[in-house]
Amino acid sequence: MTHVKLSMAQALNQALRDAMRADDTVLMFGEDVGALGGVFRVTDGLTAEFGESRCFDTPLAESGIVGTAIGMAMNGMRPVVEMQFDAFGYPAFEQVVSHVAKMRNRTRGKITLPMVIRMPYAGGIGGVEHHCDSSEAYYAHTPGLTVVAPSTVADAYWLMRRAIEFPDPVIFLEPKKLYWAKEEIDLGTPEPGIGKAVVRREGADATLIAYGPTVPVALEAAEAAAAEGRSVGVVDLRSIVPFDDETVCAAVRSTGRAVVVAEASGFASVSSEIVARVTERCFHSLAAPIRRVTGFDIPFPPPHLERHQLPSVDRILDAVDDLQWEDS
Amino acid sequence: MSTVEERLLPSAEPVRLIDEHGAAHPHTSYQLPSAETLTDGYAQLVKGRRLNDQASALVRQGRLAVYPSSHGQEACQVAATMVIEERDWLFPTYRDTVSIVSRGVDPIETLTLLRGDWHSGYDPHERNVAPQSTPLATQLLHAVGVAHAARLKGEDTVVMALVGDGGTSEGDFHEALNFAAVWQAPVVFFIQNNEYAISVPLAKQTAAPSLAHKGIGYGVPGERADGNDLAGLLAVLGTAVERARAGEGPQLVEAHTYRVQAHTNADDATRYRDDAEVTPWLERDPIKRLDAYLSGAGLLDDARRAAALAEADRVAEYTRVGLMEDVQPDPAELFQHLYTVQTPQLREQAAFLADELAREEA
Ligand SMILES: Cc1ncc(C[n+]2csc(CCOP(=O)(O)OP(=O)(O)O)c2C)c(N)n1
Repeated sequence: MTHVKLSMAQALNQALRDAMRADDTVLMFGEDVGALGGVFRVTDGLTAEFGESRCFDTPLAESGIVGTAIGMAMNGMRPVVEMQFDAFGYPAFEQVVSHVAKMRNRTRGKITLPMVIRMPYAGGIGGVEHHCDSSEAYYAHTPGLTVVAPSTVADAYWLMRRAIEFPDPVIFLEPKKLYWAKEEIDLGTPEPGIGKAVVRREGADATLIAYGPTVPVALEAAEAAAAEGRSVGVVDLRSIVPFDDETVCAAVRSTGRAVVVAEASGFASVSSEIVARVTERCFHSLAAPIRRVTGFDIPFPPPHLERHQLPSVDRILDAVDDLQWEDS
Repeated sequence: MSTVEERLLPSAEPVRLIDEHGAAHPHTSYQLPSAETLTDGYAQLVKGRRLNDQASALVRQGRLAVYPSSHGQEACQVAATMVIEERDWLFPTYRDTVSIVSRGVDPIETLTLLRGDWHSGYDPHERNVAPQSTPLATQLLHAVGVAHAARLKGEDTVVMALVGDGGTSEGDFHEALNFAAVWQAPVVFFIQNNEYAISVPLAKQTAAPSLAHKGIGYGVPGERADGNDLAGLLAVLGTAVERARAGEGPQLVEAHTYRVQAHTNADDATRYRDDAEVTPWLERDPIKRLDAYLSGAGLLDDARRAAALAEADRVAEYTRVGLMEDVQPDPAELFQHLYTVQTPQLREQAAFLADELAREEA
């Protein structure tokens, strides 16, 4: 039976489980990933099924987790490690930037690092300080890393499977606020691989470009726009690096108008990059400057203020309205 | 004192089996290595010294961008590789060229990094030598990972991980010791305490009684050795490797040595230390010392000395000639090794550069 109803956390768990069953060099480790199953339960039951040598708790040290994963990948393993929260990945940042990203290049391809760094990511859960960072730009800016973020339950499963099979290191961003939403999915039908964006909704008038946690918001906004008589499409990047220029540009060319929707602060961000590259490639198809709906350039706010930071349906609709429609 | 603490504590004095006058000093816990090991070690020291001096000369001739010399530290460099087997791994830093070469890596490939052609010039798998690490202490965690993976695979591989005294202050040093201890990973952490981290003396680096004491808090046994005594180093490091291979977990070894030259050619050592401090260390030179011992024991004569020098000269000449060649690194390679499957973005950028170069040529 390949049709199952799962939450994103359960789909990730299933993906890890299936990957570990398929390949006994796949290891899972990090903080509290063993008996507890991770603070979001993504690793629930893995130690029970695969034993302490396949899924284990480490000392509390992020650089240590990533640094030792590098060594294990050098020596024939496929480690999947968990940074407990996005903002606790920073102690490991040196290992990520100086070694994870560069090892293959500096050794002229003699050492590849098939490893996945998983990170509960972004806001929308009322988390306290240091629990809701959108850190994708740091990683996307670092050549040598592959950066992905799922937005659906099915994609969470398939992107995780692909990330674990991937020959190079993958930064896997798991949108926290989507961990619990359940969906009926078909595990027999793979989603596209890493490096491919997908059109989640077709549209004729404007294109919303989103990834991870903002995809459901964008879809909601597109639905609302339809009610107002505008046909708005939604492209889900899925893979931030590599970036799928083709799918994104095809969508933008067909509508001539675009809004990028991202939770991260807008300045020097992935959203700025998207605007730049789409403008460079689709300038003559554009009927209006590309707009962005992003977080403010502030540290992620405390829970009672976080709704002001997060892209909302209204902000997206306002941005769409702003795309210089001659008829309005 | 409990036995656990006794087991973790380094000996009160650095272990020394041959003193600076070449006299043997019996030790209660460590044996003098065999005559054959010591004569072989002597030849390697001579070769290492020659390579250090050749590389420094190549910097002056503009052939290497920089060379962090291990002149005076050759006993540490050579001992680190002599005590490990082919299947073991070496994790070197930027200063450990001699160690890499005595492991059997081609000196020209080893110096590619410092020549500026590529970041790591040798294939790490060929001799199980990790790429030289420039960020301090980061490689120690990789070493623990390799060791842990080896244990999971049921292999009895040991990992020799090198670090300087300054590197012991970095967080990764501490994380590595802790991980290795908790996992009982077969890693020998080998600190070459050469008294300086660029300009900062040991006293400003740490308040610990010795760097070997740093293992105690993690449950890693510490030991220290005279870093200019090849015999003592081989005994201490060899014991640590044996224990690690037998499943007794990691060990920390501190070698007391001295960086007799500047940090690199870009550094002016007179700004932070006097000649008066350096001179006595020249007297403790590892080669002179072993020469004196071996000569006294009838194990070294002029013919063997000349043979060691001739081999050293041969390697130095090979290195010199190789590095005198003008190489043209291929710019296309800039885009080739980041990912197993190149991204569309990199393909585009590679095509752009190729086009730009073609237009330059035209
Ligand atoms: C993380 C990091 N910080 C700073 C530096 C710059 N740096 C290069 S060598 C060095 C001193 C290292 O001293 P030590 O560990 O004692 O090794 P030695 O050079 O004496 O062999 C410093 C600060 C570096 N390479 N990495």
